[in-house]
Amino acid sequence: MSEGLPRENQQASTAERSGGMALTQLGKRKIEKLERLAELSAINAGERGESLWREAFKRVRHNPAAIVGAVILAIFVLVAVIGPFFVPYSPKDTRWIDQVSVARNIIPGPSADHWLGLDHNGRDVFSRMVVGAQKTLLVGIVATAIGLFFGCLLGGLSGAAYGLGGKAGRRLDNVLMRFVDMLLAMPALLLAVSIVAILRPSLVTVMIAVGVVAVPTFARLLRGSMIAQSNAEYVVASTSLGVSRPRIAFGHMLPNSLAPVIVQATLTLATAIIEAAGLSFLGLGTPDPSEPEWGTMLNDALQTFEYAPRLALFPAVGIIITALGFTLLGEALREALDPKLRK
Amino acid sequence: MTLLDVQDLSVMFTQRGREDVRAVDGVSFDVSAGEVVGLVGESGCGKSVTSLALMGLLPEKGVKVSGRADFDGTNLLGVDQRTMRDLRGRELGMIFQDPLSSLNPVVAIGKQVTEVLARHRGLSGDAAAKEAEHLLDRVGIPDPRRRLKEYPHQLSGGMRQRALIAMAVACRPRLLIADEPTTALDVTIQAQILELLKELVHQDGTALIMITHDLGVVAGLCDRINVLYAGRVVESAARRPLFAEPTHPYTRGLLGSIPRLDSVRGEPLNPIPGSVRDLLPWVEGCAFAPRCERVIEACVEAPPALIGGSHQYRCVNPVLGRSAGPEHLLEQE
Ligand SMILES: Nc1ncnc2c1ncn2[C@@H]1O[C@H](COP(=O)(O)OP(=O)(O)O)[C@@H](O)[C@H]1O
Ligand SMILES: [Mg+2]
Repeated sequence: MSEGLPRENQQASTAERSGGMALTQLGKRKIEKLERLAELSAINAGERGESLWREAFKRVRHNPAAIVGAVILAIFVLVAVIGPFFVPYSPKDTRWIDQVSVARNIIPGPSADHWLGLDHNGRDVFSRMVVGAQKTLLVGIVATAIGLFFGCLLGGLSGAAYGLGGKAGRRLDNVLMRFVDMLLAMPALLLAVSIVAILRPSLVTVMIAVGVVAVPTFARLLRGSMIAQSNAEYVVASTSLGVSRPRIAFGHMLPNSLAPVIVQATLTLATAIIEAAGLSFLGLGTPDPSEPEWGTMLNDALQTFEYAPRLALFPAVGIIITALGFTLLGEALREALDPKLRK
Repeated sequence: MTLLDVQDLSVMFTQRGREDVRAVDGVSFDVSAGEVVGLVGESGCGKSVTSLALMGLLPEKGVKVSGRADFDGTNLLGVDQRTMRDLRGRELGMIFQDPLSSLNPVVAIGKQVTEVLARHRGLSGDAAAKEAEHLLDRVGIPDPRRRLKEYPHQLSGGMRQRALIAMAVACRPRLLIADEPTTALDVTIQAQILELLKELVHQDGTALIMITHDLGVVAGLCDRINVLYAGRVVESAARRPLFAEPTHPYTRGLLGSIPRLDSVRGEPLNPIPGSVRDLLPWVEGCAFAPRCERVIEACVEAPPALIGGSHQYRCVNPVLGRSAGPEHLLEQE
């Protein structure tokens, strides 16, 4: 009975998209990309279910970029999780300070004792990198989780209200989405810096700031996904059985809307890691300068950049490779789920 | 005793920047308990919209519904959504055309069945699981305990439709609406599903509105048949007289396009010429006139009225007398 099914929700959301508040070009482009991703949950509703993930997984396995990404991430996670138990020295140990002379531009490079050499405070860089990986992973995951949680709360509520809530629902959705658009239109770093400025600089603050930056992305995405689902025939069928609207929204539409959100979470981990490092680099992260954090290490390296550029290179490469790993895997997942991008 | 009395049901879609679409235009019919009433017509004639209107499933925005649909004293078109939600699933059940997309792909069959039981019969836990198993068994799904744990894509098309039927009849609704329940299924499965529906409504004394584009489907099932064209009833009669003496040229055309077992091989079927899109607005005359072989001057002068007693037709130049046609369909019973 698809020919008789009202498609008004989709049309309305297009109309609302073009109207709405003025957004920056950047914000608009972000929204467009998210909307495409959101639509994915409604595509191929026929073959949805477990088989969808299995199929996507198969496709991902044959994608070399995805394999590279997965291998990078596997190594990174392994290092971050068990590495800190096996590091040769404490990352804060300044025992070898007498080998360093900043005044005479001497910082010992890689050696058998110190695989990546020492830093300007006479600490073992290898140990700092490994423990820093753990911190980076932690910040990335916690920040993404914060973004996911609040984003899904906002987006799930909005999408459910818009899709099933009638006039009052649309009004609620409108209010929530204007708030989300505001967040989305703000440049990420600016927003994060403002949040750190309000709270005190610390690793937790960095997590919150980076998480808040990700909130509108997830909110938009899940909302779009839920609205697309609200047109699905199984929603009409459940309604015809008298199932309550909250149950339809959160028991039926939500599980069907999650695929794009999971893809986006993978991509967000990459940006979260970069943003967190950026904040630490600007000195907005942990106030303890001895803390082994890749962004902080990058900042430290600036002081000695002229004669020991390798100290900047290590954390920079760490950040880039990790972010690359998440991006490669995330994009491959997105492609695998998007029938338009297949082949 | 009349269970549902539909009077002058009209549904209009209004959309800014587009002409209004009158999908259903003054349809009246009634259904008694234990009775099977058919709504028949080509795709696009307003069958699904009629059923969605009765179930209160049309969106509020951009849709105007008028008329009455008295269900045991309650006007289904007049009550608020809250009352409707209580009626749906408990008093009114609906079965859709495409069983695959009507089931949630990521929720196990069992959960989808027990949800209805929890909502209307207050069953939960083991009691609900047991009842769900019993329901699947009742609609002829083998090994129901295992099926409850499976997902829609693991079931065959026929099994999926059976599962949906199980949900629709879980609370023994007094009225069941089946919107082309067999169209998406293989021919061999179609007969089984029809047989199941027949059995269920017979056992429970449920009233059934059977919607289809295929007169062959209703032949063995319906007590009364309403033929729809462009949103209006063009012929309404009990099954026997309808098949024996189809009066409206459109009904004749529909019957003529059903393949016959005893027809000479190679003899072409007689499909109705043209398509539903070649229509005249009802206000100007008979909407079927552009496609009708028997069209006369009077057809396009004024909208024809529905005339006749127990066998009604909306035609100024009807075919009277017995048809040489497809009475053999009745023998399927
Ligand atoms: N949401 C809608 N907006 C506008 N027109 C619609 C809508 N839904 C259905 N229609 C129109 O109503 C008419 C009847 O549709 P429907 O009841 O689905 O036909 P069918 O008899 O095949 O079930 C069709 O002409 C269709 O174009
Ligand atoms: Mg239909």
